[in-house]
Amino acid sequence: MKGPFAATRCALILALVAVPAMALADALTGETQQQATNWPAITMFALFVGATLWITRWAAKRVRSASDFYTAGGGISGFQNGLAIAGDYMSAASFLGISAQIFASGYDGLIYSTGFLVGWPIILFLLAERLRNLGRYTFADVASFRFAQTPVRLFAAFSTLAVVVFYLIAQMVGAGQLIKLLFGLEYAWAVAIVGVLMTCYVLFGGMIATTWVQIVKAVLLLGCATFMAIAVLASFGFSPEAMFARAVEVKASVAAAGGASAADASAAGSAIMGPGGFIKDPISAISFGLALMLGTAGLPHILMRFFTVPDAKAARNSVLWATGWIGYFYVLTFVIGFGAITLVASNPAFLEADGSLRGGGNMAAIHLATALGGDLFLGFVSAVAFATILAVVAGLTLSGASAVAHDIYASVIRKGEGDSDSELKVSRRTVPVLAALAIALGIAFETQNVAYMVSLAFAIAASGNFPVLLMSVLWKGCTTRGIVVGGTLGIGTALVLTVLSPAIWQDVIGNEAAPFPYSSPTIISMPLAFIGIWLFSIMDRSGRAVMDRDGCEAQRFRAETGIGAAGAATH
Amino acid sequence: MTESQVVPTAMTGDPRYEALVRARARFAWLLTFAICAIYYGYVLLIAFRPDILARPIGDGVTTLGIPVGIGVILSGIALTALYVWRANRHYDPAMQALREEHGA
Repeated sequence: MKGPFAATRCALILALVAVPAMALADALTGETQQQATNWPAITMFALFVGATLWITRWAAKRVRSASDFYTAGGGISGFQNGLAIAGDYMSAASFLGISAQIFASGYDGLIYSTGFLVGWPIILFLLAERLRNLGRYTFADVASFRFAQTPVRLFAAFSTLAVVVFYLIAQMVGAGQLIKLLFGLEYAWAVAIVGVLMTCYVLFGGMIATTWVQIVKAVLLLGCATFMAIAVLASFGFSPEAMFARAVEVKASVAAAGGASAADASAAGSAIMGPGGFIKDPISAISFGLALMLGTAGLPHILMRFFTVPDAKAARNSVLWATGWIGYFYVLTFVIGFGAITLVASNPAFLEADGSLRGGGNMAAIHLATALGGDLFLGFVSAVAFATILAVVAGLTLSGASAVAHDIYASVIRKGEGDSDSELKVSRRTVPVLAALAIALGIAFETQNVAYMVSLAFAIAASGNFPVLLMSVLWKGCTTRGIVVGGTLGIGTALVLTVLSPAIWQDVIGNEAAPFPYSSPTIISMPLAFIGIWLFSIMDRSGRAVMDRDGCEAQRFRAETGIGAAGAATH
Repeated sequence: MTESQVVPTAMTGDPRYEALVRARARFAWLLTFAICAIYYGYVLLIAFRPDILARPIGDGVTTLGIPVGIGVILSGIALTALYVWRANRHYDPAMQALREEHGA
């Protein structure tokens, strides 16, 4: 087994990569966006990287089969999986992005948080147990359970890779900018370091390492957010009302300093306590809400986590743990965002001359860390933010690799006849390819606003994977043709409408008035997928359709009882 | 996953099995509608009547939107807990008893 040695070699390569990066950073400190090299942050981060590479080394010895690689042999407990799901789901975008949004516009940030949370109960009520009982490695196992393998697997692999690539680009660009800001490293180096580290975790440690990296990250992120929220509340005698009142006062005085009249300044202050500019029109609000809520139930890297537990009961319990941690985290970010208004917006040390945040809009939580705990805590929070990105990209990469190896190679090319070793080899070869792609795209998109990419990933998941999964497990009449045509219709519509929406049509391409005026395509693309699946299934008179419908009884029995489901590996 | 699986018709034909599966599905759908109603109620309120959420409760600056928003998050957790509690306490043992009885 060359895994452990390879992991060590990987660490060495990483050290070599990091040294010139820091030297470069010193030469570039004059640049506006880049901060001075932050040694406490780099030390904290090095500790995290060391610990996770040690975990990877330990995990590498345990990855012997495709099952270990994809699902940690199904031996993760419900509690562990709940933390890992939370670690997989709470991205840096939620921590820095939502707290920044609350910092900027107050209440609106909470609207995001609720949307991100309410997908979890839906996953539990409709999918989690069925996923565990019907699938082994990928959600395509479930979607293709009673259907023709080749078309459904190809569809699922394509949609998985689409979600993974868009999500990865957003994470990579975010990571590069964050690291540039926090550690003073150059953007391209930062992206490369993320790519190399995630390759190490996934390539050598598979799902075992990925799971533990996500658990460590979840504990660090929850601990750090808890400390920040308690510190903020403590400075207001644990009275939220006092905190809100001070935030309103700060916002009003900022507006007054900007030249607003007394009445306008007071209105600007109290505006942060209610819904504001986030929702432009009701259609966008409902469409975006749909994408957030039901997209979660279609994210392949999240669905994959349900195959790491031994049975349906553990899958169910892991959703409860995950929902609890994620909900708790969003309540904390709300306090952190308001804390940032009171402590950061009123302190000139964190602001540029024009009153904007130093280092960019996403720095609210980072500056709050300095305000609360000085440079050392800033270093800790920076390292946690970086760890957060690493855990998310590792899960995404593993999910992409499993789609290529399990769905395309093993099921479509080898028709299920291949052995576990060759499948494992293909997934391992896919990992560096995905990482190289992620690094290249991360660098290519450096100057683009990639915020729409996360919502595009959610829209694809809500318009393709979610309808396909739901209909295939719940509707007897569903056929191969219905699944493939309906799912493709949903994803295609989501992609086309996103290109025609203001985020790309106006902001990226530079055209005037976007043909599709709403911020999310889901309100159109998701119903289209459901209608497509229904219509093309009922019209399907092929011989395959008869087999598809006949297969429902066996599928239902296994989904309901778990009898015949892939169990935990015993070793 | 096309391996054929023999379905034990003695068990699936048992009216108690069918009743159990249906009861669990009904409960799951009920909770699904509950969370959708709560969340979309909230989204529609934001979309059409944001002024209601911006109304202060009491004399301070805290608005109705704050407990409502946090309440949406907490109700998501509560409904999840309710399902897990009922499934662990009721549905799982009932299914296990049926399996043992039919030797499946």
